[in-house]
Amino acid sequence: MTLTPTPMINYLGYLFDGAHWHLGGDSSIPDRLLQHLAYTLVAVVLSALIALPIGLLIGHTNRGAFLAIGLGNLGRSLPTFGLVLLLVTEFGVYQWPVIVALVVLAVPPILVQTYAGIRSVDRSAVDAAIGMGMRPAQVLFKAELPMAMPLIIGGLRSALLQVTATATIAAYASFGGLGRLLIDGLSRNEYDQIFAGAVMVAVLAICLDYLSAGIERLVVSPGVREPRVRRGLLRRPRASRPATTGTT
Amino acid sequence: MITYLQNNYPEVLSDLRQHVWLSLVPVLIGALLALPVGFLAVRRRSLYQPIVNLGGIIYSVPSLALFAVIPAVLGTGIVSPLNVVVGLSLYTFALLTRTVADALISVQGQATQAAFAMGFRPLRQLFGVELPMALPVLFAGLRVATVANISLVSVGALIGTGGLGNLFTGGFQLGFVEPIVVGIVLSMALAALCDVGLVLALRAMTPWTRTGARA
Repeated sequence: MTLTPTPMINYLGYLFDGAHWHLGGDSSIPDRLLQHLAYTLVAVVLSALIALPIGLLIGHTNRGAFLAIGLGNLGRSLPTFGLVLLLVTEFGVYQWPVIVALVVLAVPPILVQTYAGIRSVDRSAVDAAIGMGMRPAQVLFKAELPMAMPLIIGGLRSALLQVTATATIAAYASFGGLGRLLIDGLSRNEYDQIFAGAVMVAVLAICLDYLSAGIERLVVSPGVREPRVRRGLLRRPRASRPATTGTT
Repeated sequence: MITYLQNNYPEVLSDLRQHVWLSLVPVLIGALLALPVGFLAVRRRSLYQPIVNLGGIIYSVPSLALFAVIPAVLGTGIVSPLNVVVGLSLYTFALLTRTVADALISVQGQATQAAFAMGFRPLRQLFGVELPMALPVLFAGLRVATVANISLVSVGALIGTGGLGNLFTGGFQLGFVEPIVVGIVLSMALAALCDVGLVLALRAMTPWTRTGARA
């Protein structure tokens, strides 16, 4: 008598195979996870180092605003997959072209949201800071920056998600990380491996998003936090939604 | 790049045509689904937060992972174009439910109270007053969703249906940058075109927003 395996067992075979969960193994899921995390963090930190100072400067001086807005629109319409493959095809199958591509994709959201955050600060608060005798740098770091924090963190969060997703498809260009499970599974036509990769990537992205939401709570001063939604007290939502705002 | 286009324009055109379909049909489906759900979130405020959270979770799932899980849920083939359409519709839906809810909340005020006092029934108030007034915010969300979809379609090339993404994988396999550049330029041009189209459509649909400027 032959038993055909039910589809559900087929999907989950790879993910729940203990052999794939040892550290340092050839097809180790934890190894891929750590790789993915490392690439993502390197790319986001590099992008933040580039984008935060420029965004703060543009927002504070309000010079070069067209640069921020143009970059934001350009960044959103740039096909991420195309950019990764373009750089890899041009410069060879190394890790650095992929990291460069990830940075190029992560800079616009951080820069634009930083700029928008600084510009959204109430002018009278800034005037008060100047009136109290703060120097320009103090105005920026003690008044504007704390009040712009929700939008800045929002930019960092969307950059983090963007990079996590793009690092996945970069596996097509021989990049490491969890995307390998998906790409290898696709090329070998092993759906359980594809499914394992998809689940791991999705869980990683959701966890990272929740983690950054937690960090946002720690970093943003209670005074400028978005008003919490309470029963029946929902007022006009403030324009600080990272994923949807920023268009002009 | 020009010679590449001269030699390959039939393929490029068919990829472009597929790209347009794969990106715009999901915008339509997602928007049509988002309207009632967003409306529900406004009417039942206790549902607002769960709906917004669900949208946030869907939106944070990377595109390739989403495309790859759909066959397991729907029983479609792994290379079926339906996976891309359903995946992008889900993204659009996740983005727009919150936009719809926030847009409808933002128009509550004197105009809706006036409509209520004039005896408008709920449905007529929704379609005659609230939705038209919410159009600018709705369109802002629609523009973001459209542009995001157009750039995401190409990921579908990894699972068989990618529109202009086919040029990316093709170029990579041959070690040849021209098709990749052509694909990126066309994809961005398409996004810009759709964006301008939506701006013009909004202008045509909301003549009252410009009365101040003319006077």
